[in-house]
Amino acid sequence: MNWVGRRLRRFEDPALLRGEGRFTADVAVGARAVRFLRSPVANGRITALRPPEDMPPGSLFVSAAELGAIGTIRPMLYRFAYRAVEQPILPADRVHFVGQAVAAIVAPSAAMAEDLLEAVTFDIGSETALVAMDDALHPGAPAVHAVAPGNVAVEGVMESPEAAAAFASAPHVVEIALRSRRQNASPMEGRGGCAQYDRATGRVRLTASVQMPHMLRTGIAELLSMPEADLQVIAPDVGGGFGQKMALFPEYAVLVWLARRYRGDFAWIEDRNENLIASAHSRDQEHRLRGAFAADGTLLALEADILANVGAFSAYPTTCGVEPLMAFAEYPGPYKVPAYAARARGVLTHTCPMAPYRGVSRPVITFGLERLMDVAAKRIGIDPVAIRRMNLVDSFPHRSATGLTLDEASYIETLDDAAQHLDIPAFRERQKAARAQGRYLGLGLSVFNERTGYGTPAFAARGMGVVPGYEVVDIAMTPNGEVELRIGASPHGQGLRTALAQLVADRLGIAPESVRVIHGDTDRTPYGWGSFASRAMVISGGASQEAADKLAARLRAAAAKILQSSADDITLRDGEAVAGNGSSIALAALAKQVHQRSDLFDGFNLAESAHYDPPGTFSNACHAAIVEVDPETGHVRIERYLVVEDAGRIINPLIADGQVRGGVAQGIANALFEEIVIAEDGNILTGTLADYTLPSAMEIPEIEIHHRETISPFTLTGAKGLGEGGSIGAPAAIANAISDALSPFGVELFEIPATPPRIRAAIRAAEARA
Amino acid sequence: MSRHVVTFTVNGVAQRVEVEARSTLADTLRESCGLTGTHLGCEHGVCGACTVLVNDIPTRACLMFAVQADGAAIRTVEGLAAPDGTLNALQQAFQDHHGLQCGFCTPGFLMLSTWLLERDEVLSEATLREALASNICRCTGYQGIVEAVRSAARKAGRWAE
Repeated sequence: MNWVGRRLRRFEDPALLRGEGRFTADVAVGARAVRFLRSPVANGRITALRPPEDMPPGSLFVSAAELGAIGTIRPMLYRFAYRAVEQPILPADRVHFVGQAVAAIVAPSAAMAEDLLEAVTFDIGSETALVAMDDALHPGAPAVHAVAPGNVAVEGVMESPEAAAAFASAPHVVEIALRSRRQNASPMEGRGGCAQYDRATGRVRLTASVQMPHMLRTGIAELLSMPEADLQVIAPDVGGGFGQKMALFPEYAVLVWLARRYRGDFAWIEDRNENLIASAHSRDQEHRLRGAFAADGTLLALEADILANVGAFSAYPTTCGVEPLMAFAEYPGPYKVPAYAARARGVLTHTCPMAPYRGVSRPVITFGLERLMDVAAKRIGIDPVAIRRMNLVDSFPHRSATGLTLDEASYIETLDDAAQHLDIPAFRERQKAARAQGRYLGLGLSVFNERTGYGTPAFAARGMGVVPGYEVVDIAMTPNGEVELRIGASPHGQGLRTALAQLVADRLGIAPESVRVIHGDTDRTPYGWGSFASRAMVISGGASQEAADKLAARLRAAAAKILQSSADDITLRDGEAVAGNGSSIALAALAKQVHQRSDLFDGFNLAESAHYDPPGTFSNACHAAIVEVDPETGHVRIERYLVVEDAGRIINPLIADGQVRGGVAQGIANALFEEIVIAEDGNILTGTLADYTLPSAMEIPEIEIHHRETISPFTLTGAKGLGEGGSIGAPAAIANAISDALSPFGVELFEIPATPPRIRAAIRAAEARA
Repeated sequence: MSRHVVTFTVNGVAQRVEVEARSTLADTLRESCGLTGTHLGCEHGVCGACTVLVNDIPTRACLMFAVQADGAAIRTVEGLAAPDGTLNALQQAFQDHHGLQCGFCTPGFLMLSTWLLERDEVLSEATLREALASNICRCTGYQGIVEAVRSAARKAGRWAE
C-alpha cells in the first residue's frame, strides 16, 4: 500500500469541525486578562505615564519602570551595511510607531482591563513622523534611530561586471517603476498568549499563537535572563500565521514576566484592531527595474533598485533584512539573466515593523519581473509567451546571476501547459469581439520560481545571527506498535499531521492512522525552527523519512532475531515484519517484545532521530488570469484563474491543492483589495476589517490547478515546498491581465493593490496623455 | 457594573448565566457556558467566525449582547456532531472537500451553512457564494468550502443542477 500521493482526508479535521480544537483563547479562559496601552502617536517622547489612581483588587499596571532591567529585542545580521536597532519590551522614553505597546493593564476580565486603560495618565510630546520612504531618505531627515543615520537599516549592493556595457549597447532598454502598498497577513486568529505559572516546579507554560515555539522560548529566556528550561512554549491549534506569527513580539515577554513575578496565570488575546495596526506589516516596497533586451527579445541584463519600508524596528529572528535582501538575491527568478545589478535598502520609518508574510518579497519581485516582460514584449513587438519562452532557464542545474543553484524545474513546460489550457488564439478572438461591444477582457501570465525548503546556506548567506536552517525529528514505536513522531516544525493549518503520517507509513509498512505527529510543544519535541518559508514538508518531511528509515532498520533487525532470519531478508508491510520464507510477526507484537523482553533485546530500543538541513530547491508555476475590467468604475472581475504548478513529489494532493488555492486567494487580495493606509501623521486609517478588505467567496473565483511533478534531487523526499507559491504568482498575473484589458486606453499598471480608484486614475492619466 | 440573570438554551440544554449588560453573547458562550467552539475573529461583525444560530437565524455572536438572547434557543458548532463525536453530513463534507485548513473560521461557516441547508430553498452556485460571502476564511480560498456545502446540498436535494 502506497500512502504518499493519496488524497487522504486530514486527521486534524474532526476536532476542528466539532468546535473541539484548542486555540490560545480557549486555554486563556480563567486567566487574568492583560490589555496593552498603545501609542496613538508615531514619534514622540513620553512625558507622563502613570497608573490609574483607583486600581481595583486583582489589577496591575506594568510599564518599563516595573519591568526594570530586562533585555531588548536586537536581531542581528552579520553584514557590513546593517544597523542593529534595539526594540525595548516596553519603551521608557520614546515611542516609534502608532500602536506600539507602552504599558500593560492586568484585570480580572478583559473588559475591566480596557476600562482601566482609559484611566491611565499618558502624555506624549509628539514630533514629526517619518511615514513615507521618500521622507525618511530625504537628505537631512532626522534619524528614526540614532544608530541608523540616513534611516537605512540594511543595504545590499551588487553588480556583475558586464551589466553597464549591456545596458549601454542593448537595442532595447525597458525601465519601469513599481509600487506595492503595505499589507497585513491577517490570520483569522490574531496573536495571543497565556502564561501560566506552575508553583510546584517554578516553570512557566506559555501557550501562544505562534509559528516558531522553540525560537520564542529561547528569545524570551534571553530577554528575561531566566533559565530556558523553566519555560515551556506551546503552540496549540493556531488559526493561521502566514509569517506574521514568526516574530518574537514584546507582548509575549511581558506575559512571561508577569507569570513569574506574580506567580499566576495571565492572558493577552489581541483584538482585530491591534492585529491590523500593531502586529507586523509587509510588502511596502518600491522598485525601479530596468531590463536590457536584444533585438529579438533576449534578456541581456537586469537592474533593480529596491526600497522596502521596514518600519520602526527589526523583527526577531528574521530581521528587517528579510524583504530587501530576499528581493535582492532572488530578483532574476526563473529567467536567464546574464548580467545583474541591484541595490536594495531597508528603510526605517515611524511605522509598524515589517515581518515576513507568505512569499515575503517574491510576490513583489514577480510582479516587477512579469510586468517588465509584458512591457518589453509590447515594445519589441513580440508575443508575451514568446518573450518568456526564450528567456526562461532551460538547462539544469543553473547557476543564477546571484549565485543560487536552480535545480531541475519545468519553467517552459508549465508555461506551455498554461498557454494550451487557455487557448490563447481563441481568447484573442473573444477579446476582440468583446472590445467591439465596449467590454474589456484581458489575459495575464505570471511565471515564477519559488525557493523552498532551504536550510542553513540561504539564511547564512544573508548573515543572519539566528540561522533557522535545520529540522530534527524524533521517532519511536510504542510497545503497542504505534509510532510517535516528534517534530520541531509547528504546523498551523498545513495538515502536517496527516502528510507526515503518510510519508512515515510508507517507510514502515503501517497505516497512517497509527502514526501520531507531535508538534508545537517545546517539552515534547526536539529543538527546531517551525513552519515558514515553504519548508516544513521538505525539511521536516525529509527528517521524518530518514528517521522512519532508521526505525525500519531497527524493526528489521529485531524481527530477524525473532524470525531467525537476517535483517536484509525482512520486509515491513501491512503492519507486519515478513521474512523471505513467509514467516512473519506483527509489528505490535515485535515492539512489545523489544520493550518488555530485555533478556532477549538487551540494550536495544525502537527510538531514532534524524537531522536534516537541505540546500534548498526551487518549485515553480505558471499562473494565468483572465479578467474583465469595467473602465467606467475600475471594477475588476476575474473570469478565470489557472495554475500550472510543479512542486516535485506531491505527498497529499488534497492538501497541496488547498495550499495553492489559499495562496492564490491571498495573492488576488494583494493585487486588488488589501492595503494598510497610513495617514501623514502615522495613524492607520484601515483599522477594521470593514476598511482593510479581506476578500470573500464573491471575489475569489474557482481556481483551476494542473500539476507537473519534477522530482527534486535536492530533497530526500523529492518534494519541493509549495506553501507560498499561490500568493507569489497571483499579483503579477492579475496586474498583467488588467493591463492587457486596458491596452486600448494605453494603460500600464504598476501599482498594487489595483483598487477601482487606482484603475480609474490610470485610465484618466492615460487619456490626459493621449 | 450591574449584573443580569439570563436564561436560554444552547444546543437544547437550558443555561442560566449571570452577566454584565455589556457582555456579548460570544463571550458568554465561551466563558460562562464553556463552549469555546465559537471563535472571535474580529469582534466587529465583519468576519463571521462567531456565527451561531439564534432561534434558527445566523447571528454574529460578537454583535449581540447576552441579555438580548434571553429566552432564545441558541445553536453552536458543539451541537452539530452526534454525542459520540460522529460528524454530521455537513461536517463530513467539509472534511471530504478540504473545506478547512487552520479551522479557526470553520465553526462560523458551519453554522451559516447549517442555516442555508435548513431553509426551504434550492441553492445555486451564485446564491451559495453570495451567502458564504457573509464570512471570511483566510486559508482555503473558499473553493473547498463551496464544494463542501454544494455536496451537502446535493445530498439533501437542495441543489439546482
